[in-house]
Amino acid sequence: MSNTQLDLYVTSSPHLSNSKLSTRWIMLDVIIGLVPVIGMSFYVFRWYAVWQIGLCLISCLSAEAVFESMRGRRPHLEDCSAIVTALILALSLPWSAPWYVSVVGSIVAIGLGKTVFGGLGCNIFNPAMVGRAFAMLGFSSQMAAGAYLLPADATIGGLDKGLAEILTQATPMTLLKSGNTDYFTQLISQTALIGQQNGSLGEASIIALLIGGIYLLVRKTVTWDVPVSALISTFVFAALFNMGPHAFQFGMAHVINGAIFLAAFFIASDPVTNPITTKGRIIFGVGFGFFTVLLRCFSSYPEGVMFSILLMNALVPMINRMTIPKPVGFVKPAK
Amino acid sequence: MSTQTYTFPRGIHPPEGKSFAENNAIEILPTPKKLFLAVQQHIGAPCAPVVKLKDEVGPDAVVASADAFVSAPIHAPYAGTVGRPAKKTLPNGRRVATVALDVDLDHAPSGADMLNIVYGGDWEIPADFDVNSIFPAVKSGGLVGMGGAAFPTHVKIAKNEKKPIDTILINGCECEPYLTADYRLMVEYPQPIVVGAILTAAAVGAKTVYICIEDNKPAAIQVVSKAIEKTSNPFGVDVSVRVMKTKYPQGGEKQLIRAALGRKVPFPGLPMDVGALVENVSTAAAVAGRVLRGKALTHRIVSVTGGGVVNPKNLFVPIGTPISELIEFCGGLKSDANRILMGGPMMGFAVGTMDIPVTKGTSGITILTNSEVKKSVETNCVRCGRCVGVCPMNLIPTKLALASRFQNTDVLQAYHVAACIECGSCAFTCPASLPLVQLIRTGKIQVQKLSKK
Repeated sequence: MSNTQLDLYVTSSPHLSNSKLSTRWIMLDVIIGLVPVIGMSFYVFRWYAVWQIGLCLISCLSAEAVFESMRGRRPHLEDCSAIVTALILALSLPWSAPWYVSVVGSIVAIGLGKTVFGGLGCNIFNPAMVGRAFAMLGFSSQMAAGAYLLPADATIGGLDKGLAEILTQATPMTLLKSGNTDYFTQLISQTALIGQQNGSLGEASIIALLIGGIYLLVRKTVTWDVPVSALISTFVFAALFNMGPHAFQFGMAHVINGAIFLAAFFIASDPVTNPITTKGRIIFGVGFGFFTVLLRCFSSYPEGVMFSILLMNALVPMINRMTIPKPVGFVKPAK
Repeated sequence: MSTQTYTFPRGIHPPEGKSFAENNAIEILPTPKKLFLAVQQHIGAPCAPVVKLKDEVGPDAVVASADAFVSAPIHAPYAGTVGRPAKKTLPNGRRVATVALDVDLDHAPSGADMLNIVYGGDWEIPADFDVNSIFPAVKSGGLVGMGGAAFPTHVKIAKNEKKPIDTILINGCECEPYLTADYRLMVEYPQPIVVGAILTAAAVGAKTVYICIEDNKPAAIQVVSKAIEKTSNPFGVDVSVRVMKTKYPQGGEKQLIRAALGRKVPFPGLPMDVGALVENVSTAAAVAGRVLRGKALTHRIVSVTGGGVVNPKNLFVPIGTPISELIEFCGGLKSDANRILMGGPMMGFAVGTMDIPVTKGTSGITILTNSEVKKSVETNCVRCGRCVGVCPMNLIPTKLALASRFQNTDVLQAYHVAACIECGSCAFTCPASLPLVQLIRTGKIQVQKLSKK
């Protein structure tokens, strides 16, 4: 048999691959997981949420296209990673943030957060958190506790009366900061769970975050280790830092309020910027909880999630080096 | 039959692809006119030809051998005349000298007779059998591991007082997708496997034999269990079937020992360090054939399977047959055939020609079509850790692959590149379609070069 007309392909094994998996699908999964959270933010914050999310999407995608072109590469917008960054950034902003906060945050997120490190997969810090940190330092008053408050006498179109009332209340994180235990009933209330709570766009509802988070866990897009260790560690450290008759309530309040759930399932769980092994990711999650509560309790900021994530991101190479797994059956070579 | 199933941590579930050929009974390839016996078909020292051009050789005559301990002689499958020596490309890409043999077709036994000698009939170990005759017979019979690695069998069964072997695992997992040669052997000729297993155990003084079969092969489990009951067992070896939970790479030596016995082969180290010996079912049958019937390793069963071949079959063929004859006997390639693999799709070698002789380690030829193969574009690693989650050796494939790409031998060593068994679970799983195994292989070479300096 002659084989001159054969068109054979010679390559290294393996010759099969799991066609269901792609980087794009991982990103799409995160977007699907965020749908309930986005929906809840639309419900609570109405046009403010639509505006904020739309602005971040346009800015992030444009920034990705421009920066990647500047590097002489074809922009891979279809990998959807810029969309994820945009959504996370938007959901971590206050409803009142002016347009330039979102736009500058987006540009910094994509440019400084991702492109300068070499693009998708190469960044050390979570891009959305880099963008938000820049916005927080650059536009501190637009991002401070007051930014979450709707002036009591204001009338804004699109918000119904009940919901507007929520926005006139201080965020739970501000209340926690004040340390007044009278607020506990409100802090651990049903409203926090079903989503009528003031805060950043993505913090409106724990239930929505949980639904999205469980979807990601079921799809195995996010592994259990970071969310579980982050939630437990936040509770434990919050209770430890507030030892006394209300330790348990403090622990619960820290977990179900603020950005802990958003961070545990969608930000700290970003595989690019967390350790590669399960052991490493548990250390990461515990460290995240520790620094978050530390900042919440002892810094001048009411919320510590963002800086805590950036800090832990910086520690990832060290955690990775500390947790190199031993091959099965490994025996230390005699020296 | 035990109801408990055994398994190992991590690993993957690739598409099985067994349906192409699993129900096709073993067929006999018409005896080829010309055979090409490669002088190196095993791990270890290559053989040197011991015959000259135009020599007449008899059946089972040694045509190439070596003095080294880790080596295995090559035998002529049939009587014939030695032809002009030819270099051939082996599946692993090496160009190797072969002894060409023009088979004396007039006096060659029919394929059916040969099949009967190798696997057929009744197998009985005589009550007064001398255990010490096993090792020399296996050594001179040219037996090697027939699952693919082709490690000389006598090296494994050499008596070692310091590291006694207590358990023999007969590997009938055939976890590699598509391949069905071992399965057909188990279903059609279970007795030589059981007898060979008992003989192997007797040779090393082991008291326990587990024939390990995955639970996706219930027919094989049943047939082999029955064969165990029927077989006389003069050495008091305890033989049973161990049912394994279907998973890849269960048939890997270290994975099988961990799954079936819960013992971890040390790294670096060998199965004998934990008192175990793993032998493929085909090898076990070959041990029986050599020890009880004096048959050298000259024939084997080869699956020709996959979506790219017209009639997938399991063929009984003499070693040295060019694969083009096997493929032709199976109706040839389909027009959309895209890759010819020596072995299965997870660890097989893709070849660019059909002018390759079957060797002792050729368990199958898998022919894949465009639709079975996914040729995807590599994207950036997002460190999702899926490769870590499936690595049966507990390594970090992405770290190794990228270190290899940047020729960072310090990182390669720190992350234990040498422990990789190249099973391909990581590359199968990778969402970014990184060529992880290929990179890790080159990484191993980079590290090996360091120690040579």
